[in-house]
Amino acid sequence: MAKKNSSEDEILGKAYDAKLMKRLLGFVKPYKKYVILAILLNILVAGLGPLRPYLTKIAIDDKIFNGDLHGLMLISVALIGALVFQSVIQYFLTYFTNLLGQKTILDLRDKLFRHTQKLSVSFFDRTPIGRMVTRVTNDVESLNELFTSGIVMVFSDVFIIVWILGFMFFINWELALITLSVLPLLIYGTFLFRKKVRESYRDIRKYLARLNSYMQEHITGMGIVRLFNKEKEEAKKFAQINGDHRDENIRSVFYYAVFYPGVELISSAAIALIIWYGGGDVVQNKISLGVLFAFIQYTEMFFRPIRDLSEKYNIMQTAMASSERIFTLLDDQSFIKNPENPVPLDKVKGKIEFEKVNFAYNEDNLILKDISFVINPGETVAIVGATGAGKTSIINILTRFYDINSGRILVDGVDITKVDKRELRSKISIVLQDVFLFFGTIRSNIGMNNPGISDEKIVASAQHVGADRFIQNLPNQYDEEVKERGATLSVGQKQLISFARALAHDPSILILDEATSSVDTETENMIQTAIETLLEGRTAIVIAHRLSTIRNADKIMVMHKGEIKEMGSHEELLEKRGLYYKLYQLQYKDQELVLSK
Amino acid sequence: MKNLRTLKKYFLRYKTALITGIFFIIVSNAFTVYVPIIIKDSLNDLQQGIAENKLVEYALLIVGSTLMAGIFRFMIRQTIIVISRKIEYDLRQDFWEYIQHLSLRFFQNNSTGNIMAHATNDISAVRMFIGPAVMYSIDTGVRIIIVISIMSMISWEVTLWSLIPLPFLSFLVYVVGKKVHKRFTLIQEKFADLTTKAQENFSGIRVIKSYVAEEREVAEFDRLSREYLARNMKLVKIQALFQPTLFLITGMSIIIAIWAGGTAVINKTLMIGDVTALIMYLGILIWPMIAFGWVINIIQQAEASMARLNKLWSEELEIADVGEENSLVNEVKGEVEFRNVSFKYGENLPFVLQNLNLKIPAGHSLAIMGNTGSGKTTMINLIPRLFDATEGEVLLDGVNIKDISLKTVRRSIGFVPQEAFLFSETIKNNICYGKPDATESEITERAKIAQFSKDVLEFPEGFETVVGERGITLSGGQKQRASLTRALMTDPEILILDDSFSAVDTHTEEDILQGLRGFMKNRTTLMVSHRVSTVKDADKIVILDKGMIAEEGTHDELIKLNGLYAGIYNRQLLEQEIEEI
Repeated sequence: MAKKNSSEDEILGKAYDAKLMKRLLGFVKPYKKYVILAILLNILVAGLGPLRPYLTKIAIDDKIFNGDLHGLMLISVALIGALVFQSVIQYFLTYFTNLLGQKTILDLRDKLFRHTQKLSVSFFDRTPIGRMVTRVTNDVESLNELFTSGIVMVFSDVFIIVWILGFMFFINWELALITLSVLPLLIYGTFLFRKKVRESYRDIRKYLARLNSYMQEHITGMGIVRLFNKEKEEAKKFAQINGDHRDENIRSVFYYAVFYPGVELISSAAIALIIWYGGGDVVQNKISLGVLFAFIQYTEMFFRPIRDLSEKYNIMQTAMASSERIFTLLDDQSFIKNPENPVPLDKVKGKIEFEKVNFAYNEDNLILKDISFVINPGETVAIVGATGAGKTSIINILTRFYDINSGRILVDGVDITKVDKRELRSKISIVLQDVFLFFGTIRSNIGMNNPGISDEKIVASAQHVGADRFIQNLPNQYDEEVKERGATLSVGQKQLISFARALAHDPSILILDEATSSVDTETENMIQTAIETLLEGRTAIVIAHRLSTIRNADKIMVMHKGEIKEMGSHEELLEKRGLYYKLYQLQYKDQELVLSK
Repeated sequence: MKNLRTLKKYFLRYKTALITGIFFIIVSNAFTVYVPIIIKDSLNDLQQGIAENKLVEYALLIVGSTLMAGIFRFMIRQTIIVISRKIEYDLRQDFWEYIQHLSLRFFQNNSTGNIMAHATNDISAVRMFIGPAVMYSIDTGVRIIIVISIMSMISWEVTLWSLIPLPFLSFLVYVVGKKVHKRFTLIQEKFADLTTKAQENFSGIRVIKSYVAEEREVAEFDRLSREYLARNMKLVKIQALFQPTLFLITGMSIIIAIWAGGTAVINKTLMIGDVTALIMYLGILIWPMIAFGWVINIIQQAEASMARLNKLWSEELEIADVGEENSLVNEVKGEVEFRNVSFKYGENLPFVLQNLNLKIPAGHSLAIMGNTGSGKTTMINLIPRLFDATEGEVLLDGVNIKDISLKTVRRSIGFVPQEAFLFSETIKNNICYGKPDATESEITERAKIAQFSKDVLEFPEGFETVVGERGITLSGGQKQRASLTRALMTDPEILILDDSFSAVDTHTEEDILQGLRGFMKNRTTLMVSHRVSTVKDADKIVILDKGMIAEEGTHDELIKLNGLYAGIYNRQLLEQEIEEI
């Protein structure tokens, strides 16, 4: 930990960027009415606080000193009225500014999420998921303060100060000037304190992050610590980091310890000035005692709006940093292009043609080389090959998760780049090896919340693939909750659900990436039957791991290092004694034994 | 408050500073309450028109008293709040040193995030009790007593009337604080849902795209966002109510004072300065009354956190260590023996190892193969005592390892775990983890054996390159080779490799094995592997199946046996053939 590294220091930029601010304000536009209302309420409510010392002055000078009990009563009632009125407005003001902030960030968050849904799969490949999650959650969240207190409340603080100044000068401008002589010191002190605390807070955060990452790492690596007998040394290292965190906190205690008494001292200096200078005027009958009283109260009112204003700086700074990150994501244009005038697909028969297809994830590393083949409607093709042969890439480009480098892919004779990619995908169902189940119910996982898929269809699909039996045994059947990606379900059950999902969408073309994980014989039999049901009457591409699937396929395509090496039926290829024969020995022969038993 | 009693010993550690701090609180309050008295006297004198020459004196007294109060207030924070930070440090240190000795089972049963929450959130909550809660409760107590006594001396009637609203203030803060806490938790739950939704969507983006479910996902996300908004607004509703109510209560109190005090002035029972002083005292009382309600909440939260910490402090500790004085062996030669060893991870869990008997003479090598879950890792974890055998015993040089000090056992073992774990530090610090005083030549020599030195040459700062989060990312193979170098550095009598080359390509692996052969002469080696190429030259090969030894012998013997091992061997030959096409 000896070395300092810039990445753990929080990089904070400037507090104001006109371009970013303009874009942010664009999100407030739909709520302009709220903003205007809030500002108007602010002007009103800001004056009610400073009104009270003035009323008190009248009470003292005109009523109390004149022995006017009735008048004193009236003023007291007026004071209460002002207070209640202020409280009520304050309530609505806080409520509406928060509503404004919440609605704005809701719009922003939805817009951002909607944008992510359009981004290409390759964007997701190269972007850590955690980072994207942070953008739509925490980064958006940190703008909340800007929209609630940042924009509207700046007006509130300014108006309060203006009202106080107004009343003071109205009552007695000379005394007002004298009292205000401490103001520069107060403002300077407050902003200096803010700056120091901000710096110190940043250091504390840095040390806390260090403490956390140390703990995180050493809890994960606890075994290593023990294997190397390092408990004592590690405790010492921890003490060092823990100590840095403590010392920085103690440093920030110092700022608070100086600041609060400092503010008291400044306002007491103002009071002292009022008594000394104003007191002289009282004796000479230039001003009344009520004036002194009112001024003493005003000195105590100044502090809060100034402190609030100084806090706005932090809010702006955080907001600028977050919004910059958000807009970067929002401006990313990694889309797979849709044609402007898409050719409609209507009923797909299911003919698939690959014409001299070359494909690479990265420019120079070709994964598929010059692939050509034709699959006729209703045919099942099994693709076999070792890991890295390029089997998965065929799926990825057929569904336009990625675009190919050269060549053409045709569905029913139409180039897939000429078709709306969403329409294309809706004709194809994919069953992936790792079954991805979403948070929700069994029902929503089969129907994928598609309104075009009725409950009857969901149940019928589940019955067809044989999933219905175990689903009926769940406490809530189809409404059983799916938690943590289906952690409570077995591997076989998850597979059956994903089969039901594919069947419910009734695709013309089915792509199946068979799972390799072993299941018990009973489940295996169920899965085999389900696969047969699934493939019936559809064009299918299967990345096959099951001997039964391969045998039932119309055609077998043997891939190796991005090329098609052999093609034919199971028997034909076995006779060839080539690559397929070897793969068969390696991957499928054991299943033969099981089958023959 | 039962759980917070644990803190007693920490408080006692800072007894003197704590008592001084309490003394400062009293002194500071004495000066604070003096200021309104001065203002009262000055205004009263002004009302009688006799004060002009005394005005400077009053002004100076006001500033002087505030200054003195401020100095002591500064000292309060410098004592009590500083103590709270120090105790926080002590607590966290004790926490860490304690969990370093907890059994590894604890780490299996508790997520890292969960353990960290104890060290950060819970300790912070306790710190709030030690610092602010202690400071404000004493401050409040002292101030309320002094201020109310003085106010009553000025006018007990006005005091009584104007104090009526203030208890509501404490009550309000207490109740609202509790509600805010509850509603805030609800918000955080929704926020977690929102995060999970985004996380899940981004992870499953392929499925979503292939089922053209994007629009529906957006709608679902929007629904969650709206629920989140609704929960936020629920909190806003109380918070928005809180501040105005606070102002209303304190304002009422002051207005009552003006009205009752003013009436008294008209009736000539009080002077205007008296009323001003009363109002100023009310101002001084407001914060303590707020703090009072707040403090109760802090104490309740601290109590709950302390309970969680206390629970942790009663967790099961790591395996018993006989210590170096009572250790039967201090130098290990390297003979390893399993005698009737059975193991299970918990009371109600099935046996992972069953009645294992095996002896590896010092200087020999043993390879272990078997399917996932056959007990390979569990078996070798028993040697450095990461876990203890449930039944039977593990022996080193013929002595039960429980009778040898942990330090000696672990010092004699070089362990390369399945998942190569490196710390986010320099390569050098990682490699020399077990031997901080290693020489340059030792480091390069060992790195060469592990086939790691070539990689290091390509790193921007060689051995000084930082790895992990704050530095460069190593490939799986590089991590494994670094981890091997680290194990070799300590010159272990026994080297244990737990599938340590899974991410290393076969050629490099062969080079490593070649280099190790010289290094491991006269040392005992145990290696778990899936590759026949790794294990074939071992003195003995063991095939584990469901926690039992299924086959054992040399490569040739096992091939002849034509059982599990021979099957694996043939498959790997085929794989190699296909790879080479």
